Amino acid sequence: MVDNERYTLNKNLAQMLKGGVIMDVTTPEQARIAEEAGACAVMALERVPADIRRDGGVARMSDPKIIKAIKAAVSIPVMAKVRIGHFVEAQILEALGIDFVDESEVLTPADESYHIDKTKFKIPFVCGARDLGEALRRIAEGAAMIRTKGEAGTANIVEAVRHLRAVNEGIASLRGLGRAELVARAKELGAPFELVEQVAREGRLPVVNFAAGGIATPADAALMMQLGADGVFVGSGIFKSSNPAKRAQAIVKAVTHYNNPAILAEISEDLGDPMPGVDLAALSPEERYAARGW
Amino acid sequence: MGPIGVLALQGAFREHRASLERLGVPVREVRLPEDLRGLSGLILPGGESTVMGRLLRDFGLSEPLRRLAAEGLPIWGTCAGMILLAKRIIGEDTVHLGLMDIAVRRNAYGGQLDSFRTELNVPGVSPAPLPLVFIRAPYAEEAGPRVRVLATLKGKIIAAEEGNLLATAFHPELTDDLSFHRYFLDKIK
Repeated sequence: MVDNERYTLNKNLAQMLKGGVIMDVTTPEQARIAEEAGACAVMALERVPADIRRDGGVARMSDPKIIKAIKAAVSIPVMAKVRIGHFVEAQILEALGIDFVDESEVLTPADESYHIDKTKFKIPFVCGARDLGEALRRIAEGAAMIRTKGEAGTANIVEAVRHLRAVNEGIASLRGLGRAELVARAKELGAPFELVEQVAREGRLPVVNFAAGGIATPADAALMMQLGADGVFVGSGIFKSSNPAKRAQAIVKAVTHYNNPAILAEISEDLGDPMPGVDLAALSPEERYAARGW
Repeated sequence: MGPIGVLALQGAFREHRASLERLGVPVREVRLPEDLRGLSGLILPGGESTVMGRLLRDFGLSEPLRRLAAEGLPIWGTCAGMILLAKRIIGEDTVHLGLMDIAVRRNAYGGQLDSFRTELNVPGVSPAPLPLVFIRAPYAEEAGPRVRVLATLKGKIIAAEEGNLLATAFHPELTDDLSFHRYFLDKIK
């Protein structure tokens, strides 16, 4: 661990993002639209996941020039993605002085055995997870924030729901267990005992947990919030829709008023066409980004 | 005593709620104008001021809040909340609530790599040095004659009050120390 104080400060930044929407943007202009609409942070990248899916080939960290231009355009925190295990891309992003690194399955993995040792960095990391064990492995590596993997670039919420429910069920299953049982559960989860014990004691993850991967409507965002997410990432869902500014504003409001169906009804009205969705049964195993990483 | 409101539009409102609950105070999350009824105080939490400012306007909270402030409702803004309170944001035309006669600079220390923790004596708030957590924090560069500066760090104003208004650039709700929450509650009694 770099030092505990730095890690705490990084978890603290994630706490400030709660109740907010982090939006994928590919240009300074989109970044300004996102900020104006009420994004609590932007994810700077060359292509949104839907385009990465369409184009195929190897997806890498974005050109620093794009990231710098987006950083210059907004006052809210800026995040950017690196490939799983590509610690040099992470070093480059840290050198650019952005606020958060997403070690992301949306990009083509650089290492099939190891994720980045995030304790070697000063900059905070967010990582995807499909269940409690995966979340705790990433936290053990130093992640300051977790998000569901979902299935990025599909505008289909089903995988994000599955992953968030799996994390919640994992946490609930630890309730009331004794030490010997927790040791056994730690083995099953493939996660360090100390973290498993902490989650059992506190009844929640030790870091902020956002929903990501397939959110396309205000109702999707509110669904994830009601299921217990601390906030949401919207990747392709905004700038692949017919009216990005309006949809972005509506999703921001939905995350604040997720428990108020009357407001959700009002803001869901007349948003234009959402991003066209993908039926997950149509994806081959190698087209499923969530399976990347371990 | 009516409940203390915590503005719950975005950001770290649960942390303030937890600090208040540790002090045995009733708390209400505020998202809509009707949530403001009968409050004895209000906390504007940390988060993103651009997000909260937009939602304050969109859901009709700005005007009732200004009215309550004028009537003397104690309001405390931490970090983004300090920006919401300020009458001026340096380098921007935006003003959110515009209640407190301070000129603040956003992200004054830089990005997340410049976030830090320190300790400082804040006389009148606590006899012992207080842990102060700054996350992409602002500070105030100027304060009007009616503003009382409570703490400075390297010459910049990081805590101040003006009548019923209190502003801190740092986050007491992220530490175990309840001194600033107690100080705010004392303004109510």
